Amino acid sequence: MKHLLAFFFFSLAANLAQADEVQVAVAANFTAPMKAIAADFEKDTGHKARLAFGSTGKFYAQIRNGAPFQVFLAADDTTPARLEKEGMTVPGSRFTYAVGTLVLWSAKPGFVDARGEVLKKGDFAHLALANPKVAPYGAAAVEVMEKLGVLESLEPRFVLGENIAQTQQFVVTGNAELGFVALSQVMKNGKVGEGSAWVVPAKLHTPIRQDAVILASGRGNAAAEALMEYLKSAKAAAIIKSYGYGL
Amino acid sequence: MLSDANLAAILLTLKLATLVTVILLLVGTPIAWWLARTRSWWKGPISAVVALPIVLPPSVLGFYLLVAMGPNGPVGRLTQALGLGTLPFTFAGLVVASVFYSLPFVVQPIQNAFEAMGERPLEVAATLRAGPLDRFFTVAVPLSSPGFLTAGVLGFAHTVGEFGVVLMIGGNIPGVTRVVSVQIYDYVEAFEYADAHILSGIMLAFSFTVLLAMYLLNPTRTHK
Amino acid sequence: MIRARFELAFPGFALDVDLDLPGRGVVALFGHSGSGKTTLLRAIAGLEKVPGGFLEVNGAVWQDATTFLPVHKRPLGFVFQEASLFPHLSVRANLAYGMRRVPAARRKVSLAHAVELLGIGPLLDRMPGHLSGGERQRVAIARALAVSPAILLMDEPLAALDLARKQEILPYLERLHEELEIPLVYVSHAPDEVARLADTLVAMERGRVVAQGPLSETLARLDLPIRLGEDAGVVLEGEIAELDADWHLARVAFPGGGLWVRDSGLAVGRHVRVRVLARDISIALTPLADNSILNVIPATVEQLADETHPALALVKLDAGGAPLVARITRRSAAKLQLQPGMKVWAQIKAVAVVG
Repeated sequence: MKHLLAFFFFSLAANLAQADEVQVAVAANFTAPMKAIAADFEKDTGHKARLAFGSTGKFYAQIRNGAPFQVFLAADDTTPARLEKEGMTVPGSRFTYAVGTLVLWSAKPGFVDARGEVLKKGDFAHLALANPKVAPYGAAAVEVMEKLGVLESLEPRFVLGENIAQTQQFVVTGNAELGFVALSQVMKNGKVGEGSAWVVPAKLHTPIRQDAVILASGRGNAAAEALMEYLKSAKAAAIIKSYGYGL
Repeated sequence: MLSDANLAAILLTLKLATLVTVILLLVGTPIAWWLARTRSWWKGPISAVVALPIVLPPSVLGFYLLVAMGPNGPVGRLTQALGLGTLPFTFAGLVVASVFYSLPFVVQPIQNAFEAMGERPLEVAATLRAGPLDRFFTVAVPLSSPGFLTAGVLGFAHTVGEFGVVLMIGGNIPGVTRVVSVQIYDYVEAFEYADAHILSGIMLAFSFTVLLAMYLLNPTRTHK
Repeated sequence: MIRARFELAFPGFALDVDLDLPGRGVVALFGHSGSGKTTLLRAIAGLEKVPGGFLEVNGAVWQDATTFLPVHKRPLGFVFQEASLFPHLSVRANLAYGMRRVPAARRKVSLAHAVELLGIGPLLDRMPGHLSGGERQRVAIARALAVSPAILLMDEPLAALDLARKQEILPYLERLHEELEIPLVYVSHAPDEVARLADTLVAMERGRVVAQGPLSETLARLDLPIRLGEDAGVVLEGEIAELDADWHLARVAFPGGGLWVRDSGLAVGRHVRVRVLARDISIALTPLADNSILNVIPATVEQLADETHPALALVKLDAGGAPLVARITRRSAAKLQLQPGMKVWAQIKAVAVVG
């Protein structure tokens, strides 16, 4: 019995000492680049990164309710700031790891012109965008249309995706002729892969900053700190850019 | 207490569930009748297809419906050829999707009731001069009424509780496809927890009441 | 007149019958379970589809190569083993269910008559769930009658009931027999029911008809392929000829003789049916005066046959025109040197009035 107890404490101590694993909550739009970055990170540092992908709002609710994440890569900058204010993060750890690029995209080649004039012509039944209430890309899209003076005329044709991935799905299946999505979703080998797109100039909307933060449970976690540093590295930056994000 | 948006979502949900339940009873009853009585080899495959929504993630069903009803899908081509446009992002599309999604919850209780009734009452009715339709309406339906009640309640409640499929093909349009479950999801995503609580509480109370009523009205299956 | 030809073969079961049945009185389809009697009845009703079959009832073809009259178009009444009343309808509504579907011009049995015949007047407003087994079956019979059927089919209507319930219903069935002109085909595996109700006996075994004919004649056949064992015996038709008030006895007379039975209050002249079991008859060469047996009647040995048990023999006797069957041991038969044509005395220990 004594031996068993000793063994138990020994293994517990070993587990604590071996804290080279980090649980990461990643915004869905950053799925592809983060997989590439995590693979390099594990190879280069020997730490382990376990990734969970999902919507920022859901992660927020889960983190508030004790979800075991140490690092959070959000799709916006307001959610990490909110968590910081609520004391759920390691102060000073927050930084912008990527800036999203908005694109108006259609699965049909030639449907979207290079200047976005299609919005003014309005020759379509459905325009897909992420729910502006919950998704930063959706809010940015609304801003753009407002600036172009087409918001009111287009609003009745909105179909809202719960997130940017679902918005893309509406467009891919042709149910919506076009939609505002993240450039990262339609990039292939550094350029827009299929269909037609208008990369929306950054000046037309507030920058879509995606912030990362170490959560309270990641305090003192070596792997968490290492990952945050790694995201700032040139190697990571190259990957992030290749997926159509700005920095 | 209820905002206009919440009220609109609730009314839309009730309208959807009512319409879907009526359609399901009309469509599901012949299917249940056939399944309860056939000895065909097809009984197995058809039963499995009807039951699919029970085990399939709504996202799978929603995805297929989105593709099939889209402009390039088979259903979409048909509806376009008929001059109806495409179904996603419309109330009609939601109705169609919900009919598929809730079908097993209506077919199975009715089928069970028909099976429990057995052949005998119908034989008796035949010897009393009742033709096939006559037998169906004067004997099979009344004897299976608990099954119909259960089917109606489950079909209605399941449609009200539907989320994944609506999310996939609805497009979240206020008054057209933004039902209560989607509305709640939006509130949670947007940190508007107070509204989320109100609507969630209503849903919980509704679901409990409906199920309680069903169990009280239909305590045990009476045989003989 | 009912003409029926059905052939059916399943693995483990076959039906192969070619029958001409009288279109009046009670025909008993008798046999052990699995003999095909219920299948035959269901085929007559159309509940069982027998491809290639032929059926004609009182001149109307119900089934032939090109015709198959669906069940609901056949003018029949059917009573199932379980009453199978519609549980959602009151007794009155159950009775009305079939009747309402018969054109008024073709209604011969009024609801009131059916209710009266089966004695179910007090039950009309009850729900089937609140009836006893016997009451339920009476309602089911009345319900079948209320469609004014050209023929009544009954599938072991008493088999699911206990003895007391059976006794409750049998008199009603006898009344139907006496008061209605509707032919009845009655499936049963109970010899006592057959003895009591049947005019014509059709014995079935393994899907085939093995004997058929008027009841008393057929029961008296020693070559009846269905062994009735303890139930072997004959049924005689006669009428009450005289009463012995001192000893509370009644004499039932039939052509060629008579038998004393217990006086059960039946009036002189009343037509009755008595059942004499083979095991209750013994044979003597001389009329013995010094024993307790009341009915000792002269008879002629007609035929001898072996019983299933090697110790026993069946002896068919002719008692002045009435057939009797006695079951005695083979040793006694040998000792008495019984031969066809011998004059003997039949000592009848028990006689049951069955109707």
